Amino acid sequence: MNPAVQGLITIIIGVGGCVGYFYFSNQILDKFIFPATGPQAGRNISRANAVRPWLFLFPALFALSLYLAYPVFETLRLSLTDRNAGGAFVGLDNYTQMFGEDKFWEAVRNNLLWLLIVPAASTAFGLLAAQLTDRISWGNIAKSLIFMPMAISFVGAAVIFKLIYDARPEDMAQIGIMNAVYLQLGGESPITWLTVPFWNNIFLMVVLIWIQTGFAMVILSAALRGIPEETIEAAIIDGANPFQVFFKIKMPQIAGTIVVVWTTITIVVLKVFDIVFAMTNGQWETQVLANYMYDKLFRANDWGVGSASAIIIMLMVTPILVWNVYNARKEMR
Amino acid sequence: MASLLLTDVAKSYGKVEVLKNIDLDIKTGELIVFVGPSGCGKSTLLRMIAGLESISSGDFQIDGERMNEVPPSKRGIAMVFQSYALYPHMTVRDNMSFSLQIAKMSKKEIDERVAKAARILQLEQYLDRLPKALSGGQRQRVAIGRSIVRDPKVYLFDEPLSNLDAALRVDTRIEIAQLKEDMPNSTMIYVTHDQVEAMTLATRIVVLNNVTHTIGQVGTPLELYEKPKNTFVAQFIGSPKMNLLEATVTGVGDSTEVKLTHGETVTVPIPSNGASVGDKVEFGIRPEDFLVADDGADVIYSGEALYTEKLGEVTVVYLKGGAGVSPLIAKIPGIAHVKKGETLHLTGAPEKMHLFAGDGESFLYK
Amino acid sequence: MAAIAGTKSSLTWAVHLSVAALVLLWIFPTAGLLVSSFRTTDQIRSSGWWAAMFPATANETLRAADPDDFRVDLGDGRFAVSGNLYVEDGSVETPDDVQAVIQVWGTSSRAIDAFVPGDTADLGDGETITVQSNGDYVWEGDDDQMSGRGQRVFVTAESPPEFTLNNYQNVLFDPANREGMAQAFFNTLTVTIPATIIPILVAAFAAYALAWMDFPGRALLIAFVVALLVVPLQLALIPLLQLHNDIGIGKGYLGVWLAHTGFGMPLAIYLLRNYMVGLPRDIIENAKVDGATDFQIFVKIILPLSFPALASFAIFQFLWTWNDLLVALVFLIDATGQTTVMTRQIVELLGTRGGDWEILATSAFVSIAVPLVVFFLMQRYLVRGLLAGSVK
Ligand SMILES: Nc1ncnc2c1ncn2[C@@H]1O[C@H](COP(=O)(O)OP(=O)(O)O)[C@@H](O)[C@H]1O
Ligand SMILES: [Mg+2]
Repeated sequence: MNPAVQGLITIIIGVGGCVGYFYFSNQILDKFIFPATGPQAGRNISRANAVRPWLFLFPALFALSLYLAYPVFETLRLSLTDRNAGGAFVGLDNYTQMFGEDKFWEAVRNNLLWLLIVPAASTAFGLLAAQLTDRISWGNIAKSLIFMPMAISFVGAAVIFKLIYDARPEDMAQIGIMNAVYLQLGGESPITWLTVPFWNNIFLMVVLIWIQTGFAMVILSAALRGIPEETIEAAIIDGANPFQVFFKIKMPQIAGTIVVVWTTITIVVLKVFDIVFAMTNGQWETQVLANYMYDKLFRANDWGVGSASAIIIMLMVTPILVWNVYNARKEMR
Repeated sequence: MASLLLTDVAKSYGKVEVLKNIDLDIKTGELIVFVGPSGCGKSTLLRMIAGLESISSGDFQIDGERMNEVPPSKRGIAMVFQSYALYPHMTVRDNMSFSLQIAKMSKKEIDERVAKAARILQLEQYLDRLPKALSGGQRQRVAIGRSIVRDPKVYLFDEPLSNLDAALRVDTRIEIAQLKEDMPNSTMIYVTHDQVEAMTLATRIVVLNNVTHTIGQVGTPLELYEKPKNTFVAQFIGSPKMNLLEATVTGVGDSTEVKLTHGETVTVPIPSNGASVGDKVEFGIRPEDFLVADDGADVIYSGEALYTEKLGEVTVVYLKGGAGVSPLIAKIPGIAHVKKGETLHLTGAPEKMHLFAGDGESFLYK
Repeated sequence: MAAIAGTKSSLTWAVHLSVAALVLLWIFPTAGLLVSSFRTTDQIRSSGWWAAMFPATANETLRAADPDDFRVDLGDGRFAVSGNLYVEDGSVETPDDVQAVIQVWGTSSRAIDAFVPGDTADLGDGETITVQSNGDYVWEGDDDQMSGRGQRVFVTAESPPEFTLNNYQNVLFDPANREGMAQAFFNTLTVTIPATIIPILVAAFAAYALAWMDFPGRALLIAFVVALLVVPLQLALIPLLQLHNDIGIGKGYLGVWLAHTGFGMPLAIYLLRNYMVGLPRDIIENAKVDGATDFQIFVKIILPLSFPALASFAIFQFLWTWNDLLVALVFLIDATGQTTVMTRQIVELLGTRGGDWEILATSAFVSIAVPLVVFFLMQRYLVRGLLAGSVK
């Protein structure tokens, strides 16, 4: 079947199925199971109303449980088994094997570097951009342009930055801006930037920072605009200079939002895969956990170690998960 | 200790004129109140004095020194905002000492000043709390304390009581009056739209006119009450507002005789000052200056009672005006039993009467 | 705040300049890709894309027409050949099409800048050649001189910026190009649309229940959703692939649609619930008093009022599915490669055509063009969604 037709049918089945499910399940509940007539009408209505939320929730809960909750436990199980031995339980063998691999430790080290640098840099640039653009007439256009990379895929961004880092043989014109500038500034010969260990990690991070800064800027700019103007005026009267106003009055007032931005970008960083996959594929000491995991799962076909590394990513996310849940519950009270 | 001088100051946002022809001479130790209807530019004028708004044209001096381009912190002013503008992330102590820390004052001196202000404002036990853990009145006092510690030449208040409930507002108003008494040499400018606040606090009141965007009148509270310069001030000061009745001049001289369009002929002991017979003018009398006429007294106005409000200490009677004229108001002391539809004959003391020319200016100031 | 007295205007200028610098820095990378996609292979090889905006100066060696075929007898034993150097070179059809402007020229490789346009070069023994700035020339000499090959002319010419649509022609519309993006573009679209539409309705009903219906365990469920918001989808790859294989879906569109629906669900529910909670309680209670059922309230009141949030989520999900690589790799693309998506195709090209920037840039731009259009048209909803969706 033509995929387009298949897609169309899926949309119709999907949307129609949803509407049908919700409509008819409600009908059946009200008309047949607990009809609002007869001697028990009152009791039936309240019973129907007790069941109805679950009708509304069922499809979503089913999808959530099957596609996100179940895999967490299944992955945990897989990480404790060996596929080649018919799925036998092997305890922590996969983890031991993984901890013995240099590539794994390289990935952990790099991931920590990413965690240290990308959220900090994105938030800082975002804050700078938000603060500056809020003060000028064409700020919205500027914002929109800085925000734009949000729409670009990691893969697209990888191509964009590969062009920037491009290196040609010495006797040819350099078409990557990095090398062109480098030679202009007196560099000896062009450098293949992505193969320079350690620094190449930074060059990869730049891509994500470039993308995430817009996100940070948008959120922080809204927070900055939420600061009562009068507190800023009071500080000006109190004699604070623009830097003191920013660091002593504005920053503390948006501290909560900064934490939110920071954690959100942290989660993106922990999952970062496409950029490394497309630009270096983990070579030249640029491996990260998500790509390491992909290597194990789909190249080495080692489900045990692959799942074990997925669990490591999960463990790194967990503190944020707990913190978010804690905050959400606090807010609901 | 400071005097302020505004000369022909104006403010406009783009093409929109908000204030113009503002001339004001404020002396050391005065408590000046800016009052006027909402949107008349009180806050704008105050913020120009503070330096938070630029001055579009004109000249502004403090102690003889031009201030137009001087940044807010260098003007020797302190400001209390309507919303208090407390720094939400700082304790009361830090809120009060922020400006002193910026000025790099010694720790010892800061502590002394904060302690003194806290004592005056009875905030001592709250010094280590965050603003969100304070009541409205306490926040208010912190905002004032933040000004006091700086020992400014000029205090600026922008509707500082408008976020408090009615009872607290009266208490705090009295506290501010006492504060002023304790600091006889400090100059204060106070913005409010509430004329009771203005009348009770001010040494002089500045009434701003929201239609002409100019100053309506500057004067002591009683001057404004007794000798309003124009119909705008006459109607703004006093509650309920002054009755204005259409009239035509019928006799001129040291006193002026007018015929009310919907009433009697009255002789007002105010010189005519160039008015001539036949001029259209407005005759003004405050509701509390109306008296129910005894037999034989000179009646000014007779009208049918529309309804009455018995407030206990006074009875407010609304009388039918002429055709197409809004009701007149009379305030009769005590409880008066006026029936609906009953015709009242009103008179008043001649010295309590006001006359305004066709352009709204009082005859007194012609 | 610009109104505050005593603020220096130099500071304002510093702000304007810093923002301008920041913006330039941020659009520079994308601009490079865009410009490169409109340049020819030769141009990309010979200069950086930033040079494409300016007229290029190049040295060329051109040759006059073959005198044996084209010479004209002037009488007195003298002959002439005239024409246009660029036409003889074959780079343009007629002299009117010449874009280049010759700055200097010469007849010897040792002195390529000996003459300016309009000069006449003496080649010795009465042989002369005159060259104009557009390449028109007149070459004269005697019988002997005007034979053999055409006279060589070394020119230094400035040509205006030049752009081509050929790359797009190749990448999108050349059916013979096996590395083309046409099929992948279509496949991406096929993945994206159902994967954007289906989760919305499912999530909306759940969000309504979590926002406005009272039942035991509601708070717990909301916490559950918040928790799943951050679970890395990496964990889901193997278990779900196994599941899809077990139930017979295998790798294919159905699998990727289901996967995207599942993975998008937490954000959808979270976003929509946050928005719905903010709707005025009065409206909903009034409808209840009027006798509307929950189903009616949802369809007639909540859904229409929630349009902004629905739009926000739709944009997120669209961008996310369009830009996705990992989910497609795992759940969609099988060994035949028939169902490849654009991101995958580009990664492939990065491997095989790493240096051919005209292809890479064009392919990448084809893939990011649609999200960019959506971004600029729907930015308002995107921002609103971000503000509502970032965990507070
Ligand atoms: N930034 C501004 N731009 C344009 N108009 C303004 C601005 N700020 C205030 N105004 C206008 O100036 C007038 C005076 O405002 P304001 O001083 O706040 O009045 P108030 O007497 O109530 O304090 C109002 O009509 C208001 O609409
Ligand atoms: Mg105001």
